[in-house]
Amino acid sequence: MRFPIGLFCFKWRILPAAACLAVGLLPVSAPAQTPQTVQASGAQQSAAPIQAPPYPTVTPPSVQRTGLNLVVLDPAHGGTDPGARGAQGIRESDLVLDLTFQVRRALEAQGFQVLQTRSGNENPSFDDRSAMANAQRGAVFVTLHISSTGLPGTVRVYTLPDMPSRATAGGILSWDFAQASYVTLSRKFGDAVQGQLAQRFKGSPNSVQTASVRQLRTTAAPSIAVELSSVSVQDRSDLNKMMPGVADAIARGLAAFRPSYVVPGEAGAQP
Amino acid sequence: MNGRWRTRVLIGLGVAVVIAAIYFPRLKRRVKTAAKISQPSEEQARRELTTPTPTNTSDPMVKAKMFWASDEDESALSPVAIELALSPDPVLRAKQVLNTLLAGPASSDLRTLPPDAALLAFYLLPDGTGIADFSEALATSTPSGIESEQLAVDSIARTLEANVPQVKRIKILIHGQEVDTLAGHLDLTQTFIVNTKAAQAPSLSVTVPVKPSAGAPASQAPSAKGKEPRR
Repeated sequence: MRFPIGLFCFKWRILPAAACLAVGLLPVSAPAQTPQTVQASGAQQSAAPIQAPPYPTVTPPSVQRTGLNLVVLDPAHGGTDPGARGAQGIRESDLVLDLTFQVRRALEAQGFQVLQTRSGNENPSFDDRSAMANAQRGAVFVTLHISSTGLPGTVRVYTLPDMPSRATAGGILSWDFAQASYVTLSRKFGDAVQGQLAQRFKGSPNSVQTASVRQLRTTAAPSIAVELSSVSVQDRSDLNKMMPGVADAIARGLAAFRPSYVVPGEAGAQP
Repeated sequence: MNGRWRTRVLIGLGVAVVIAAIYFPRLKRRVKTAAKISQPSEEQARRELTTPTPTNTSDPMVKAKMFWASDEDESALSPVAIELALSPDPVLRAKQVLNTLLAGPASSDLRTLPPDAALLAFYLLPDGTGIADFSEALATSTPSGIESEQLAVDSIARTLEANVPQVKRIKILIHGQEVDTLAGHLDLTQTFIVNTKAAQAPSLSVTVPVKPSAGAPASQAPSAKGKEPRR
């Protein structure tokens, strides 16, 4: 059974509150809640009041600014985890690293800053990869995959399905459900990229797909998973040929998404 | 006397050597045959111990809908109607349809679950959460990838939705344990919605973001507390 780390901290008081803040909870502000949600949380509060948190809280921002600055690229797998494996020793973990370098170049050409969750054959945990994006403001997260199946030469973009909001009344997100407040933005981002991919790769869907991708759940930023088909190709060069098109589509999709990206501002912050 | 005994011993030894020489090839063959019979793995042993789903001949024959891959688009699911004797008991019924799903369609290309995977147990909690415990092969033999893993889970969820209306959500375990992902991508720490309409109603309270316990997965719903799951 898993507990959100924050809950663990409060219930057993094993870590001091400061450590809870640093380790278990994300002090990021949630996007504006619908009136229904706000009302519902108020009703629940009166039924089961909770102790006021001893740390600064952030209310839903009244003033928002646009400011997409940074892209965190995540070449999936690595280290002892090769991911999908195909004929002639094709390994997903190697290919996605090559793809990442190409996407990075395309993004930098569009003026974005880029961080990578790995640059070599390491295998950071899902949480470590998410942490890299969660530590940034104004970031989006793209995890790159190559599948075992699917029509060769096609590319799909995935986001998480709708999740119930897990933010507390103070706007603190649970680590385990950090993506909950970003699902709508992620879908918008995904649609922008998938639209570009559909133009380049025949047979690819026209709109973003939903799937419970583990990596996306703990990421507190607009996040997508991009998956190419597939490692079952006879020759690795078939996949290599796709990479510049995929890189360009992600960069153009992100540029199209940029104006609709809203970073919660600091204006509503309260001590 | 000593010479006679020595001769007898030498003859005896000679006979033993001849017998050994004759017997040796046969012994070698027997060792080879024994080596070919592999030791049963832990999983095979467990499968043998797992009680097979009882099939009652008095169960009514119904048209069950199984969701395997579509022959037009292998990345999509397509329902196939099959005549099956299904128990009215939801747990037995769920086991019967999942075992049929695992057995696969006529064309093995359209399978959604690996042929060596087995359903070890199925439980139904009072809140409608089904818990399906599969053997390790489900995790190790499902092709790695978001699309293939999603197809596997969708086929389980949609087959249950079509045939066992009592199951509202499904939690997938591997060999009795909660695992992070199915084969590196799809999140198995969560429950999957099976019956969309039925699962939405009680989940409204979960959306209220106040109590720290709101982070608990749907499988830990308070209504399930203190009650034994059905097996």
